[in-house]
Amino acid sequence: MSMLNFMKASMKRGDPVIRIAGEGGQGVVTVGELLDKAVAQIGLHVLTESTFTPEIKGGDVMFQLTASPVPIPSQGDRLDILVALNDRGYRANKGNLVPGSVLIYDHEDTRPEGLDGVILYSIPMSDISRSLGSPLLKNMVALGAVAQLFSIPMNGLQEQIRKRFSKKDPFVLRTNLGAFEAGFTYAGEQIQKQDLYYLITPGEKRDDLLLMNGNEAIGLGALIAGCRFYAYYPITPATTIGDWLTSRLPEVGGAIIQAEDPIESASLAIGVSYAGTKAMIGTSGPGLDLMQECIGYAGMAEIPIVIVDVQRVGPGNGIATQCEQSDLLAAAFGSHGDLPKIVLAATDVRDCLDLTIEAFNLAEHYQVPVILLSDASLSRRRQTIPRPRLPEIRIIPRTRYDPAPSSYARYQVTRDGISPMSLPGQSGGEYIATSLEHAETCSLGDGPQGHTIMTDKRFRKLDALEEDFLPLEREGPARAEVGIISWGATQGAVREAVQRFRQIGADVAALYPKLLWPLPVKALETFAASVNKVVVVEANKQGQLAGMIRACTRLEPHRIQTYNGVPITAWDIFGKEGLL
Amino acid sequence: MGLKYRTEYRTDRKVTWCPGCGDFGVLDALCDAFSRTGLDPAQTVLVTGNGCSSMIGFFVKTYAMHGLHGRALPMAWGVKLANPSLKVIVAGGDGDAFAVGAGHLVHIARRNPDLTYLIMDNGCYGLTRGQPSPTARRQIMAGENGVGQPINPVALLITAGATFVAQGYSEDPKSLRLLIQEALNHRGFAVVNILSSCPTFNRQDEASLNRPEFLYIETTSHPVHDRLEALRLAMTEEDRPRVGVFYRKKRGVPDERPKGAGSEDRRDDLTRLGEMMDELRP
Ligand code: SF4
Repeated sequence: MSMLNFMKASMKRGDPVIRIAGEGGQGVVTVGELLDKAVAQIGLHVLTESTFTPEIKGGDVMFQLTASPVPIPSQGDRLDILVALNDRGYRANKGNLVPGSVLIYDHEDTRPEGLDGVILYSIPMSDISRSLGSPLLKNMVALGAVAQLFSIPMNGLQEQIRKRFSKKDPFVLRTNLGAFEAGFTYAGEQIQKQDLYYLITPGEKRDDLLLMNGNEAIGLGALIAGCRFYAYYPITPATTIGDWLTSRLPEVGGAIIQAEDPIESASLAIGVSYAGTKAMIGTSGPGLDLMQECIGYAGMAEIPIVIVDVQRVGPGNGIATQCEQSDLLAAAFGSHGDLPKIVLAATDVRDCLDLTIEAFNLAEHYQVPVILLSDASLSRRRQTIPRPRLPEIRIIPRTRYDPAPSSYARYQVTRDGISPMSLPGQSGGEYIATSLEHAETCSLGDGPQGHTIMTDKRFRKLDALEEDFLPLEREGPARAEVGIISWGATQGAVREAVQRFRQIGADVAALYPKLLWPLPVKALETFAASVNKVVVVEANKQGQLAGMIRACTRLEPHRIQTYNGVPITAWDIFGKEGLL
Repeated sequence: MGLKYRTEYRTDRKVTWCPGCGDFGVLDALCDAFSRTGLDPAQTVLVTGNGCSSMIGFFVKTYAMHGLHGRALPMAWGVKLANPSLKVIVAGGDGDAFAVGAGHLVHIARRNPDLTYLIMDNGCYGLTRGQPSPTARRQIMAGENGVGQPINPVALLITAGATFVAQGYSEDPKSLRLLIQEALNHRGFAVVNILSSCPTFNRQDEASLNRPEFLYIETTSHPVHDRLEALRLAMTEEDRPRVGVFYRKKRGVPDERPKGAGSEDRRDDLTRLGEMMDELRP
């Protein structure tokens, strides 16, 4: 970590990383979300990370906020300010404190030791909280102290507290505001500020930023794309997509069903889409496995559906609240048979929104299942994104059958493989959707030769996908020593690592694919030809993307992998021995 | 617009069932019921599972989905949710209904969507050469091998919450047609369990079915709205199967989409989307 310490130069820093830690039931996330809103409200970009163990109450919880005048690629590997709401929060996070960083704690429950150079501020959080009549107000006292010490606008926070508690008993609002103000005052009067952190005020005020987490962004993206049906079986960390859509889908004429199992949710979506309404289902790894039969059906019967897999640590029940990128193979190869389908992976919250819209466009255009991969960290990450400009967003409808005097052939073999689709209600377009191998007219029994023709037709739909889809982003010099390929949320950490490499003059480039299946082979090979060494970075044991690249290209990539349940950091890459 | 003759509802595809298969009778009765109810093929969707009987969708000139084994019910409900103005009929075998799809059956029944479900119950898996299904009567004899006793479809459906439960017989097309018509006219989840035969693989049950006498439910004396009485009738052991309507009840159907049924890509509701985004401003 010496490099990091070195980079922590002794100058004022206006983009602090603040972490609040404690245990379930202490309101860690509550104050975190007040803080991120107040910070975003002044026009700064924010990115939050929160982790908790799966217990509902009493597990470790932490919420971390990064603020900056410019967009933030990842949660980073820096910690500037740790607010420990109890000893447990202190112990779980003290390893991240370095000289110059700040610890806010309560002397009553926590005795920091061996923290050379760490600036210590003790605030009697418990005492103040109790004096206001409840031991549960420590979080608000801490929030007040943080606001005071790091110049976070007090009125913004007060406004957020009012909003948050306005629907509750006025007593609750009063005590929470009181605790916040008491913490603010105490820190102002009793703490001698020794650190160099403060919150910068942005040069130009932006009011076009929205703040949401990855799952909310998926829900909003779906609504924008015209999705009017969502079905799900509750599973962490995907459930909150359904929570968000429950009240909102009906408001735009849609329907949402909490199904009896993931298979039912997938079957419902297939029926809905067959009848002409855009449909999405959401799940996490184990649910994706259960949906695979339906995904195969949708591919064979050529019914568009969008499947969201918010990945968590697997296999089996794994660790439901922690993140991993280990469902790529299941997403790309999970269903039996020769099946054309598309797999996309979101990098950040903005991508959760954009790629959900794109997933619908691809599903509808090609009449295939599209799987969008997100992960547990993105599901909870709250991030500012530019407000989508609705009229400018491209929405691609499916190719519809135009009733003609000639008889309808649903699975007509066309040059691009896309066959016009009729919808029930349309006279003259009656047909039977089927996953039995069929001829153009849905008849059966054309034998192996027919199967060859129809398989080719179905796969032909994706021939031009790499060209049609969003261009891949490449970063770094045109020729470089090392070229990093990554996917999903890991790309944020890679961006940070590449910045650091370039600061020290290292010759590193990166490629950021979002389309993972079919693999964008041309782009990968072009990129590889421009570097001497290809490295694939991903959060799984098997090197799933690296393996796919080996299988589909001539490349033999090096690998950086973590599988510790937390997002990869820039340091995991930058600090990797022997990379350069 | 409905079609005049039942034969007009038939596609010209060659029917692939074995000679003597009970499914023929169901196909005839279904087309007959369609023409008498005046169903418009363009507004009708027949959703099936997979298996011999699920081929029925290929032989009927409506919209159809030949679905997955066991998944016909949720697929059909999806169609109905997307476009409530459609008439959605589900058909399939007893394996579909009571084995792989049993979970869906129970939950669809308790939710009571407006679907008509025809189960062609021949006690075996014909397509895979005759293994016993959960309704195989011969399981009574095989019970000690851990196969268990057969499911009682009518009792299961009544307890699960279906709001129209009837039993028919594939070789009695007229009464079957009437039962199907009644089911089609019921608003809610209406099921006709059709005792059917597989002469190729299930000779044991076939023999018991081939006896001409059935016990017809007395429409005048059976209190068809009384769930407990219906269940009692369904659970009463008799040497001949009962045919007729066991249970009928009015109950709310799940909310249907308020608007936009089967619509094009709609980009309306921009205002509402704008408001939702406003809520996400910090
Ligand atoms: S195997 Fe049995 S169920 Fe299947 S078509 Fe032949 S007779 Fe009918």
